Amino acid sequence: MQHDDLLPRDTPVALIDEHGAAVADERYAMPDDDTLLRAYRGLVEGRRINDQAYALVRQGRLAVYPSSHGQEACQVGASLVLGEHDWLFPTYRDSVAVIGCGVSPADAMVLLKGDWHSGYDPAEHRVAPQATPLATQLLHAVGFAQAAKHRGEDTVVLALCGDGATSEGDFHEAMNFAAVFHVPVVFFVQNNEFAISVPLSRQTAAPSLAHKAIGYGMPGQRVDGNDVAAVLAVLGEAVERARSGGGPSLIEAHTYRMQAHTNADDDTRYRERDEVKAWVARDPLSRMRAHLLSRGLLDDAAEERLAAGAESIASALRDALNTDADLDPEDLFRFVTADRSTQLEEQWQLLRGEIERSSLTDAGGHR
Amino acid sequence: MTIAHDDINIDTNRHVVGTMTMAAALNRALADAIQEDPGVVVFGEDVGALGGVFRITDGLAERFGEDRCFDTPLAESGIIGTAVGMAMNGMRPVVEMQFDAFALPAFEQVVSHVAKLGNRTRGGVRMPIVIRIPFGGGIGGVEHHCDSSEAYYAHTPGLTVVAPSTPQDAYSLLRAAIASPDPVVFLEPKKLYWSKGEVDTSITADLGTARVVREGTDVTVLAYAAMVPVALEAAEIAASEGRSVQVIDVRSLSPFDDATVTAAVRGTGRAVVVAEAPGYVSVAGEIQARVFERCFEYLEAPVRRVTGFDTPFAPPKLEHWYLPDADRILDAIDSLHWDDEPAEGAAR
Repeated sequence: MQHDDLLPRDTPVALIDEHGAAVADERYAMPDDDTLLRAYRGLVEGRRINDQAYALVRQGRLAVYPSSHGQEACQVGASLVLGEHDWLFPTYRDSVAVIGCGVSPADAMVLLKGDWHSGYDPAEHRVAPQATPLATQLLHAVGFAQAAKHRGEDTVVLALCGDGATSEGDFHEAMNFAAVFHVPVVFFVQNNEFAISVPLSRQTAAPSLAHKAIGYGMPGQRVDGNDVAAVLAVLGEAVERARSGGGPSLIEAHTYRMQAHTNADDDTRYRERDEVKAWVARDPLSRMRAHLLSRGLLDDAAEERLAAGAESIASALRDALNTDADLDPEDLFRFVTADRSTQLEEQWQLLRGEIERSSLTDAGGHR
Repeated sequence: MTIAHDDINIDTNRHVVGTMTMAAALNRALADAIQEDPGVVVFGEDVGALGGVFRITDGLAERFGEDRCFDTPLAESGIIGTAVGMAMNGMRPVVEMQFDAFALPAFEQVVSHVAKLGNRTRGGVRMPIVIRIPFGGGIGGVEHHCDSSEAYYAHTPGLTVVAPSTPQDAYSLLRAAIASPDPVVFLEPKKLYWSKGEVDTSITADLGTARVVREGTDVTVLAYAAMVPVALEAAEIAASEGRSVQVIDVRSLSPFDDATVTAAVRGTGRAVVVAEAPGYVSVAGEIQARVFERCFEYLEAPVRRVTGFDTPFAPPKLEHWYLPDADRILDAIDSLHWDDEPAEGAAR
């Protein structure tokens, strides 16, 4: 591969402009109409899930929600490019991508609700547990792909992270391992401009995050992260290259986090409102909607159906989160190791005694 | 195989019985595990052509191919982090951390992921990973090559932590560690790599168990790894002075074998815990506390600890002052409120 082939473009790949008009591209083709409609449905549902989860935080039903409002095109694109045997390695901000891979919204929120550390079986949907430490899951993705390659399977692994994670040592080690062992991994960085409060300029001095790829000997590409058609095309190409033995690649999506990092964050302290407002015009939903309307692929009836579908998802999420799960305290001890040690059994018996005593007294404390 | 074994016999059950070094026993365990289970892969820094800086993986790449034993880029977090992904995808990685202190860049992967993924996923994902760490001093190694990091790992729920003291245990415990569905931090005492002993590969060992090494009736010395031979040396000297010392190889630092240790200390009524790691907030301190809690009514004297000092590990020319030796153990034994206290300053 020539060095030029490893370098990303100077401007991010876009297939639909901010007004909804198609942009011709010599390398990346516009996805077909069915795919565009599926993607739009994903955007509508993803936005509704984000907004619903945000409301549930305010109502105290979720402990915390790192919103991906504004980043839905990245999330939907990530979930739609994966094949039947492929795996997703998401972060805490990627709930919409996790849901796009088939995990129910309520199960995807178990971590954030506080019932347990992960609410789904990774093997069932081929989605790794959402990672909270930054960049650590990128190495897991590489190892997972190494095992698949070792067995001759054609699994591709899509590993997600944010711009802040690219400063971590594990990001570097993951890129380097993936390239050295030539494994089928696609690294997808959602550059949303801020790592909590710290801007991209304090994370890197590189021309772009995608430019880092050439240092590892893999191709890098930049994509407009608010253009779901472009995300699908660029990610799709990277996934197919990985599947056909072409090795890893690094895709950087340029997008923006429209809301605070989480409910605990005050984003007025580190960015101007005008900057946030400017990104409203680049919203991934309105752009795609304008495109579909202009091509006659969308009408009022279809929009109503999509909205109703999203509303029923939100309603089911509300119901699930307004229900308190019946939590079993023995679960604290049940999964630490495959076989419970004597020490843990003794501790469980201690807690069981406390529970039995507290059920006999109103106060539940010492008598 | 390029490891030189002395006096190896293959018996009718194809089990190896013979005298070998701990290094050879570990090598044999890795080879047998690779051969028996197609999911086992061995990787790390310099484990391929070189066979590891201590030659524990000698000949494995040559014999089984680079698919089964391979060198990685020089990156400890990368080694453990990719092992996590491999384990998620059905393999049994056995990784080598070249020296104890070199494992520290991977500490986040060990604590946040290796130890927790099974729990996070309610058992949906298991982590059958073995992390081999050459540990401890006594070899004249320079800074960062001789640390004892066991307390960090033993303090982490979800990790099994074991340390063998004989070639037989090195073989049997490593086989058990590789077969375990849970992650095992396997601490290899560098000082004992070249010590020899009888190994029968048909003998199995259960993780989580201690081993009575020497019977005795007056006092129980609890030790592990490179301190076991030192404890045995102290026991020999004590025997010549008329005291019967029981020696227990704790060998499983987590989980801890309370049953064996409690029964032993109740039997003798006196105990000394020996470890070369700094004593403050240590595994030795944990053992001491557990013995106090479970044996208090049986004790004739406070349980004593003999450990390394609370200093960074000593430079090579000072390490003999740092490491516990038989004299330090004997002094501790002497302090255990005997009815027949020897005269002050008695010659030994």
